[in-house]
Amino acid sequence: MASRLLVLLCFSLLAAGPVAAAEPPLVADMSQDSISITSSFTGTEILLFGAIDRPGDVVVVVQGPREDLVVRRKARVSGIWMNRKSVTFHGVPAYYAVASSRPLEDIAPPTVRARYRLGGDYLDFAIAGETHQLAGQELLDFREAILRNKAREDLFAIDEEQVRFRNHLFRTSLVFPANAPEGDYSVNVYLMRGGRVVDNQQSTLSIRKAGLERTIFDLANEQPALYGLIAIVIALFAGWLAAVAFRRT
Amino acid sequence: MQIYFPIAELSLNVFLVLGMGGGVGFLSGLFGVGGGFLMTPLLIFIGVPPAVAVATEANQIVAASVSGVIAHWRRNNVDIKMGLILVVGGFAGSTVGSFLFKLLREIGQVDLVISLSFVVFLGVVGTLMVIESVRLMLRSRKGGYRKKAHQHYWAHGLPFKMRFHKSKLYISIIPPILVGFFVGLLAAIMGVGGGFIMIPAMIYLLGMPTSVVVGTSLFQIIFVTANVTFLHSINTQTVDVALAVLLLAGAVIGAQFGARVSSKLRGEQLRALLGAIVLAVCAKLIVDLIFEPSDLFSLGPLVTE
Repeated sequence: MASRLLVLLCFSLLAAGPVAAAEPPLVADMSQDSISITSSFTGTEILLFGAIDRPGDVVVVVQGPREDLVVRRKARVSGIWMNRKSVTFHGVPAYYAVASSRPLEDIAPPTVRARYRLGGDYLDFAIAGETHQLAGQELLDFREAILRNKAREDLFAIDEEQVRFRNHLFRTSLVFPANAPEGDYSVNVYLMRGGRVVDNQQSTLSIRKAGLERTIFDLANEQPALYGLIAIVIALFAGWLAAVAFRRT
Repeated sequence: MQIYFPIAELSLNVFLVLGMGGGVGFLSGLFGVGGGFLMTPLLIFIGVPPAVAVATEANQIVAASVSGVIAHWRRNNVDIKMGLILVVGGFAGSTVGSFLFKLLREIGQVDLVISLSFVVFLGVVGTLMVIESVRLMLRSRKGGYRKKAHQHYWAHGLPFKMRFHKSKLYISIIPPILVGFFVGLLAAIMGVGGGFIMIPAMIYLLGMPTSVVVGTSLFQIIFVTANVTFLHSINTQTVDVALAVLLLAGAVIGAQFGARVSSKLRGEQLRALLGAIVLAVCAKLIVDLIFEPSDLFSLGPLVTE
């Protein structure tokens, strides 16, 4: 990590110098490109940093793996709140975060924001066929519920003005909570001027369970029968051990 | 110190989990009850998904019942024949319950059914405990104590009779199978051993002597909760071994302290206290069901075949 920072620092110093030729408008990198979920994982922060050739705006968009979600709405049935209507959505990013140097609406017009998915309103996910008969506004309520619930779990975040500049160097931190799902996350960095994308850079961040957590999770999902038997054996042994250890004479 | 639990997919404080295991273990040692009926709701309260709470708690009860049954085994207080008949019913009940659980999960109603089941059972059991202990307190003040003579139960008239030497019974196997079935159903859906239902049923319905009911019910619970652990592992992948191990580490230690303290306190007051705890958990569940939730919408994974 340190060496990467150093390389980038050297590079940006060079770029700033008078002899700089054919410099790319945007260079960015992250302090890590993979995150391991181990037993001590409580979420993590990754530093994203870079340099631009001359003043402009920087927008960072991180999208997690796509998932299928069922959104359920509770209604009161004889005094009790229970799930009633549900809508299934396909291809919802499990994680979505945007960081920008200024408010998004000051940086780009809606058409550009829509094209680059800058902001929760521009996320595209499909609604499962059988639920299409719901009225437009009702469907929007379900869609907004995704953004709201994910935001509460820190899985959706729009952080305007969180990309900070020092001259032509910029930095921001990407926050991944403990419940960040496993998978490949795409990280897009856009350099914008005059409402247009001047340059962009894409990289991938991988989040994976590791160590004992990995073993347990894989076994539970790939060998469920064996996992169940192991769980029983562990419990039988632990129970026996407790009885022996605390035998009262 | 936080630990990430791979199946529950959340990070919890180790001391909170150990403390919960210890606290519930203390109560179970103090009152001689299983504790599943308190642990499952507590796990749900701290944010563990209800399906994971149920399956994981079933796994933990296997361990708790093994250490319990060993103590009763040494005192020769287990009716194995009756236990095995109860296991037959329990296996059928927990298998049906596990598939019912899976079905409820697919239609998004499993959380509601778990909560409602707990409200009903905690409400009934807690109320009975409080009433019973108040009656006992009043009676002990009067100083009187009466004992019922041997009764002839309706269960004695059914076919498929079998002799149970240890319980000194010659009864039809249908009632114990039905009791086992019902308790197995509860185990799969609620993550409880079901001793709080089975023990009264054994005494009042089957007419078993009180000396063998606890050991025999623990014997049945081992097999039934092991079956629940296995079926939930296969059907829903909701058993979190790491969470179960940490809970039972706390529970084992807590139970020892509980057992020691219980010999120094009066039974009826203990029972009233447990009844109050059970009713408090029940009240919290009711509040969560009838008050408008802060967000009417919730997200869930798409569960299909």
